[in-house]
Amino acid sequence: DDPDVSSAWLLFCHCQQVTEPAQACRRTALAQPLTLLNIHRHLKLMGAPLVTEVSEDPEKISTVHLQLGLPLVFILSQKETYEADRRTAELVAWQLLGKAGVALLSRDLVELNVLQRSNVALKTPDEGMPIQYLVLEDTDEVITLVEDKNKVKQIQEDEQEEEEEDEDEKENNNQEIQDDQVVEAVSRDKKRELPLEQILVLTEENFHSSLSEAARTVVLFYASWEAVSLAVLRSYSEVSTHLQGTPGVLLSRVNCWDWPGLCSQENVTQFPTLRVYQEGQQPVTYGGMWGAEELSSFILLSQVSCPLKLATMDEAEGYLRGEFPSELPSHHHTSLLGVFSSATSKAKEAFEEAGNILSGHVRMGMYFEDDALALSQKFSVSPPALLLARGGGRSVEGIALSEHSVQDMVQMIRYELLDIFPEITVPNLPQYLQLGKPFLILFSAGDISQVESKEMLKLAKGRPQQTFVVCWLNLKKTPVGYGILRTYFSTTPPLPLLLWVNLHAGGQVFKFPSEQSITEMNILSWLEKLQAGLEIPSSTLSEEDWKPPLPAYDFLQMMEPSVPELSPHSGDTPAQQPPKNPGGDPAGGDSAPREEPARESSAEEVGVPGRGLRGTAPRLAARDKQGRRHSEL
Amino acid sequence: LGLALYASSLCAMSGAAFLYHDYCVIGAGPAGLQAAYFLQRAGRDYIVFERSHAPGSFFALYPRHRKLISINKQYTGKSNSEFNLRHDWNSLLSHDRRLLFRRYSRDFFPSADTMVRYLEDFASLLKLRVQYNTAVIHVTLEKNEQAWNGHYFLLTDQDRKNYKCSSLLVAAGTWVPNVVNFPGSEYVEGYETVSINPEDFTGQTVLILGRGNSAFETAENILGVTNFIHMVSRSRVRLSWATHYVGDLRAINNGLLDTYQLKSLDGLLEGDLEDLAIIKDKKGKLHITLQFYLENRNISAGMDSITLPQDELDNFATRTPYDRVIRCLGWKFDFSIYNRSLRMMPGKGNIKKYPQIKPSYESRGTRGLFVLGTASHSVDFRKSAGGFIHGFRYTTRAVHRLLENRHHGVPWPSTVYPITQLTNSIIKRVNEASGLYQMFSVLADIILLRENATAFEYLEEYPIGVLAELEMQTGRKARNGLFVIIMEYGRNFSGADKDVFYYNRAVGEAQHAWQSNFLHPVIYYYKHLPTEREMKLRPPDWPLPRPNAIHHIVEDFLTDWTAPNAHILPLRRFLENCLGTDLRNFFAESCFLFAFIRQKLPPSCQQGYFRMQGLLGSQELRQHAVQAGLLQDYTHTDFSGDRPPDSHHGSQEHLMRDHGIPLRPLQHLVNAKDE
Repeated sequence: DDPDVSSAWLLFCHCQQVTEPAQACRRTALAQPLTLLNIHRHLKLMGAPLVTEVSEDPEKISTVHLQLGLPLVFILSQKETYEADRRTAELVAWQLLGKAGVALLSRDLVELNVLQRSNVALKTPDEGMPIQYLVLEDTDEVITLVEDKNKVKQIQEDEQEEEEEDEDEKENNNQEIQDDQVVEAVSRDKKRELPLEQILVLTEENFHSSLSEAARTVVLFYASWEAVSLAVLRSYSEVSTHLQGTPGVLLSRVNCWDWPGLCSQENVTQFPTLRVYQEGQQPVTYGGMWGAEELSSFILLSQVSCPLKLATMDEAEGYLRGEFPSELPSHHHTSLLGVFSSATSKAKEAFEEAGNILSGHVRMGMYFEDDALALSQKFSVSPPALLLARGGGRSVEGIALSEHSVQDMVQMIRYELLDIFPEITVPNLPQYLQLGKPFLILFSAGDISQVESKEMLKLAKGRPQQTFVVCWLNLKKTPVGYGILRTYFSTTPPLPLLLWVNLHAGGQVFKFPSEQSITEMNILSWLEKLQAGLEIPSSTLSEEDWKPPLPAYDFLQMMEPSVPELSPHSGDTPAQQPPKNPGGDPAGGDSAPREEPARESSAEEVGVPGRGLRGTAPRLAARDKQGRRHSEL
Repeated sequence: LGLALYASSLCAMSGAAFLYHDYCVIGAGPAGLQAAYFLQRAGRDYIVFERSHAPGSFFALYPRHRKLISINKQYTGKSNSEFNLRHDWNSLLSHDRRLLFRRYSRDFFPSADTMVRYLEDFASLLKLRVQYNTAVIHVTLEKNEQAWNGHYFLLTDQDRKNYKCSSLLVAAGTWVPNVVNFPGSEYVEGYETVSINPEDFTGQTVLILGRGNSAFETAENILGVTNFIHMVSRSRVRLSWATHYVGDLRAINNGLLDTYQLKSLDGLLEGDLEDLAIIKDKKGKLHITLQFYLENRNISAGMDSITLPQDELDNFATRTPYDRVIRCLGWKFDFSIYNRSLRMMPGKGNIKKYPQIKPSYESRGTRGLFVLGTASHSVDFRKSAGGFIHGFRYTTRAVHRLLENRHHGVPWPSTVYPITQLTNSIIKRVNEASGLYQMFSVLADIILLRENATAFEYLEEYPIGVLAELEMQTGRKARNGLFVIIMEYGRNFSGADKDVFYYNRAVGEAQHAWQSNFLHPVIYYYKHLPTEREMKLRPPDWPLPRPNAIHHIVEDFLTDWTAPNAHILPLRRFLENCLGTDLRNFFAESCFLFAFIRQKLPPSCQQGYFRMQGLLGSQELRQHAVQAGLLQDYTHTDFSGDRPPDSHHGSQEHLMRDHGIPLRPLQHLVNAKDE
């Protein structure tokens, strides 16, 4: 049907070799279109000898085929195998008739500077192309060699494979790229010398003697190979600069990689651990944020006992004003004073215990003199009571203490220390997160205006037992807030912006309508609608689990072929794979593959000096591939 | 007569008063003293019996030439005491830092006399309860349902004094010399008594039977003064640096190999000693022949009537007569003192010199009888170091922990950590632990996961041969999967005939770590504790059954596995994928962001930041993280909210380009890829 396909055939019949009339002649059809030139070429090719015997340098040889733009295949022969080679050559020649010439080249007569194993050569008509010498296993490969040039590259070992491998490697390389921000940051910073002169290095030998020398010794236990430790060490060195010259404080460190015995003796099971040791007292372990400022404040607060026993009414009042004791920094805003009428009440014991736990984190004082009642009544409570002085004593709040367990006491103190309308920052967020409540949060590009602040404060104070956290975020101070907004809205919406974020249940984010002004009334009615389900969330927090960021090396699968027998019991095992042995010798089993590297490498030793460091210092040089050398498995 | 004696001894026993102890230890050598130390620290009722007047009686005699071949490294460049034990093959474990061997000798290969002195100090400084001059000559059982193991052990000493114990720890070593009997073996001198004065060998031709370190040590001593030395043994020489087994021929003793291979008259021959016969001629020279020629002939008939191999085969290798033949064939366990009821059987094949024990070091024949020290080497013969001080000091501790759990309800010591410490705890141990390193492929650290993989329990140096019995043996629960951490050599690397110096023998890239040849950490992950059956059916050469996943930490030239990218990162990825979680560390700022944009926090934020222990990080570090593209810097993004939406992206990109920083997507940080 196809008009382009000619119905005419040109067949060349090879009848010379036929001896009997009954025998059919071989025929070779002309594969090209029937043109004069093609017919001429075909006849010329059919007339040429089937196999040419060659005994000179193949580079110099020219045959009809080459002249006609067809390749010439050499079958490399030796005296011992001549007969067989001749038959092979003829077999190949018949199959390639009209497509390529075949020559039989005797290696005994021509000195070839090629591998002894090579058995086939290919000469192309293109000028200047060198002859390719190949090791092929059967005649089909010769045919494909000629017919499908693309496959040549696969048969030969050429760079293409390597390139592919390189690509493979690039894909895998993702796994090798550090994606731990802390580890990466620390390794990028490792060349910078830290100012650690002010920090005493403690060892197994001097640990105990050093502790007894200073009134208070701060010890950072860390491991010199561990990233978080090293990150904290950097902040610690800032602390040491900051606290330089503070009397009575000795900063020191113990590298647990050097002194594991000391660290386990001190019961340090995690790196890093910071402790304050004080003669005759239990050491206090730091449990706060690993930042220079937080560490400094902890160390300074640890200087006075917690709770601090106040002896006179004057002291107590000075304490509430943030003036006593003088060694304490007054920047710590909130002071706590426990007032007890008798020296031996249960509440007092619990308060003291709580003080031990909160030591270094909270300013706690205690007053139990005879006029305790008078002191507490100033703040309209009666002992046992807790006085809270916020903002350097500007406002003092009195809270009656009932029967409290130590844990409840700690919990209550922590809760009381929380602000009513806090500015959320990176360090303080966890305190509010732990309440487990939704956030009503005002995002502001800088400080919030007086009006907004007043309205929000009204809202926060309005309900004492709030079911949500009212707070604000200063984007200038906490720029990561932009990241939050961008995730919610993909762009930064106009500021200030009030959001309701269900952090713990459902994760819906609602946006307070920007056209409304931020007043207590507006917010309350919005919240009502919101609670009634009349608002549509602007965004929802992703519920996704924290999965492994990237796959691991599947060594089990790589080892599989070398595992001769697997436990039949392991249910989820993929089908057993027999050992892939390229030599085709299954009995060779386990030991055979391992010999390979030895052989290969001895061949390689020649001419590649200085590679002895490979493997032992693999990243010294450029990317190396010695591993693959083993991977014939 | 034997029966009568036995019967009478039984009578004597039943009549006599027994001195009772919970634990009896036989032998005050290194293993006995090590066991005593742990029993003492745990406050147990124990006694050690020592036949000699002082500890370490074997070392008082052996090695004959007094040089120990266990290394005593003075310096490692590190102060880590646990790590340094990896290169201290002589010290026993104790809390007393005075009892470190390097304080006793400065020699790299110290003298055996120093070992004796050390053991004496170990026993006396730690006030171990050792009863000297007490040779236990008989051990039998007394059935009793009340007893810990259903029976008591009854011990009798040379003075017919009797002792009764609930548990018996046999640390008697292997001290009975191996002998061979063949016609003419009476002319053979033993290693135990042969002269150690080289002058006694001047101008002599010597044949040594055996091919262990004692044979080579003997040869080394007389190499310079003899005509030549020949050495005969059934097996080929096994070089310890090729086999990675410290009991094979050590380089320090191999002078004879040198002279043999350089054709300096000395030589090595392979042959079965059982076929040998020695004939003494009139001049007192010793001729070697084969028993084959002696059949039906009387050896005392004299030289002339006996065919020598060279009569038929005139180039027979040992055709020259010898002046001396020395036997250096090693030692075996003394089986003779145990009553048949204890079923103390010799092992099969090449471990017949040791009693049969389970991988828990408990006798196969008798419950409550544990074999410690050199005699327990059948567990890892020709593999690990369990037959040597630097190995069995750890296996002895393991046995003690098994006993504490079994008899006193004290579970195997363990520490519980939050999951964020998982990578760290492994890295710490593989870098410093000595027990894992010395007892490679025998003792393993075990990590038992808690529910939901939020925490884990770490157990050190558990014998992996009894992994299936872990819950029963340790009193710990393994319900939620476990990791097993061991050290391994490459599977086909070590061996008597292997070339261990071939080119490219070391693997450098983490992705090819499974092909590591030198000792390196391997972590097996099991979703369930392997069963007894799985342990039995494990692939040959595998110390453990097929795990659900496996990780090799690539071998390291310095055995320092703390490189963040080559060692720690691939390990973290492995652990993450086993647990299905993200174990990265995050700065507080990232956790802050996650808290607002994700309903769940990654473990490090959950257990750190959320509990108010976030890592704020210094300015420099945060800057580095930003430059690495792992932390976004929002500081310079937008200052006013009413800019067109895309402008901040543009400006940020611009900013980063100005600094020459490649902008990489942060997607992978924020959204964990689920691949």
